[in-house]
Amino acid sequence: MLRIRLSEQRISRLYPTDKIQSPIHLSTGQEAVSVGVCQALRKGDHVYGTYRGHGLYLALGGGLKGFFAEMFAKTHGCSHGKGGSMHLVAPEVGLMGCSAIVASMIPVATGDALAASIQGSSRVIVAFFGDGAVDAGVFYESVNFALLKKLPILFVLENNGYAVHSKVAERHSRTDLHRVLAGVGLRGRRLEGNDVRQVYGAAQEALRSVRQGAGPLLLELTTYRWQEHVGPQSDIDGSYRRPGEKARALRRDPLGICRHALLERGATSRRLDALCARTESEIDRAVAFAEKSPFPGVGQLLRGVYR
Amino acid sequence: MNSSRRRLMSYGETIRQTLHHAMDRDPSVLVMGIGVDDHKAVFGSTLGLSKDFGTRRVIDTPISEAAMTGVAIGAAVGGMRPVHVHMRCDFLYLAMDQLMNLAAKWSYMFGGRMSVPLVVRCVIGRSWGQGAQHSQSLQSFFMHVPGIKVVMPTTSADVQGLLLAAIADPNPVLVIEHRLLYGIQGMVPSVFRAAPFGQTHVRRTGKDVTVVANSYLVVEALKAAEFLSRHGIDIEIVDPVSLVPLNAGPIVESVRKTGRALVTDTSWVSCGTSAEIAALIAEKAWDRLRVPLRRLGNAPATCPVSQPLEKAFYPDAWKITRNVFEMMGRKFPEGKWKDDDIQFKGPF
Repeated sequence: MLRIRLSEQRISRLYPTDKIQSPIHLSTGQEAVSVGVCQALRKGDHVYGTYRGHGLYLALGGGLKGFFAEMFAKTHGCSHGKGGSMHLVAPEVGLMGCSAIVASMIPVATGDALAASIQGSSRVIVAFFGDGAVDAGVFYESVNFALLKKLPILFVLENNGYAVHSKVAERHSRTDLHRVLAGVGLRGRRLEGNDVRQVYGAAQEALRSVRQGAGPLLLELTTYRWQEHVGPQSDIDGSYRRPGEKARALRRDPLGICRHALLERGATSRRLDALCARTESEIDRAVAFAEKSPFPGVGQLLRGVYR
Repeated sequence: MNSSRRRLMSYGETIRQTLHHAMDRDPSVLVMGIGVDDHKAVFGSTLGLSKDFGTRRVIDTPISEAAMTGVAIGAAVGGMRPVHVHMRCDFLYLAMDQLMNLAAKWSYMFGGRMSVPLVVRCVIGRSWGQGAQHSQSLQSFFMHVPGIKVVMPTTSADVQGLLLAAIADPNPVLVIEHRLLYGIQGMVPSVFRAAPFGQTHVRRTGKDVTVVANSYLVVEALKAAEFLSRHGIDIEIVDPVSLVPLNAGPIVESVRKTGRALVTDTSWVSCGTSAEIAALIAEKAWDRLRVPLRRLGNAPATCPVSQPLEKAFYPDAWKITRNVFEMMGRKFPEGKWKDDDIQFKGPF
């Protein structure tokens, strides 16, 4: 979580230098969702994400150098400088892809689960998506198919309160999103997604059930987007937000909750500060690596259109 | 078995046998789509597959084209080789986000690290009142966006070779079939072998006019050729079965020889496949054109159901023939043309 938070803060600081010339969608404030769920995964499981995918990539253990090099659109980026922030990928740790079209990876993840089921593979698939994706038809179609075929998939609905700038209540006739597909048989559970221990526990339980062949499940994890929909800055004081949201969000800061819990369990401030310093220097090295990595040569322009 | 031995087989039956062969040889091949396991089995093209390979690999899908296309992409990323079947090309509009934004871009946007070995089969409907939403051919949409290969097999041999090539290919491939070709018999090799992409076939050699024709229009062009030859005009018919990648070589070569080009296509003319091929001819054989090149496709209207309108809507042998006479500077021999009976009787 710390690596995600500090990496994104670094991105925000670097952004005005124009070294990162691509839209970024930060997940600051939502770190516990990715980390809690991904900690409960096994090697070989497959995960699909969205354009707000920094947290997911790093939570799965994607390399920090490849991450920053991709932010800089350099050759050594995880997508070799062709994908950028919105299209992170790290199949070596199970991140099969991130898409910038809302909801579009939900059916793809479902298809991977179909493949796992046909292959008799023990892998489980996790589809991460935001509350905005619940607006899309493919969500309903995919859930229906996953239930029909009893596929090994966990749907993780990361509800950060806003689809761009619209609240759930402005887009849906009902706001209990974890229950909207109960009618077709989707079992869903909603819990707060800012306490990484709770997320981890809930994910473990859900994944155990999915892994045992009980069919798909949905976890709705409520959290809060601190930053702009797109861009490097915080707009937590933005006019579209409700009064009181900011104070509550800061109170429920996933890193604050985690730090408090660690201190309670005997960690010292000094050790935690040292961890911060160590992570910062890890980021320093990754940024230096990204700076040095060359841009892809023009000869790369047509490479990879087809395999 | 002697590989040079050939068998006579209908286009539809060839698809069925080719899918059977591919599924038999590779357990990762799966066939999915609306009705693939029912008694009609997509005009017979998937008949018996579910019996031989089970409904886990021959999957009747809900009528959710968008999500099911995503499911096919995901199955491909997850290690399978899905063949997703649509009884009409028109239904692909529902799947455009998945095909254009994901399948076509997956390899490139992830730095060439991954690929989507997906085959999408779809069938063009024509005649017997297919109307507005059961008659479209969407090849130009898919030619426009890099990342998807597009083929339009014309003969039984084409469909055998190209379907196998599509299944073996690591990229998404769109195979556009034509309902009116399903019953047509053709020779196929008795040994299954993938055909290379990027082939353009010369279906008939001739010296006067190059007629570029694809899919079912090759049948119409051949009918035109017969009539024209009786009037001393010799057309060359060139068929780009592989539109992406496209080998323009044989087209350009033919036009350089004849000096006249009529480019036909099963879809509309505007921004269409015929426009693309005409542009290639203009770029590469301009100096040899003796008359302005011409294009012939669907009338710029929605496909009507009434028979006289439907006839006026489609390019056919008669329209090809009239155009060729004009390009040769000759008068069409009115009264000599005899229309065939309607070839196809419904229901589809």
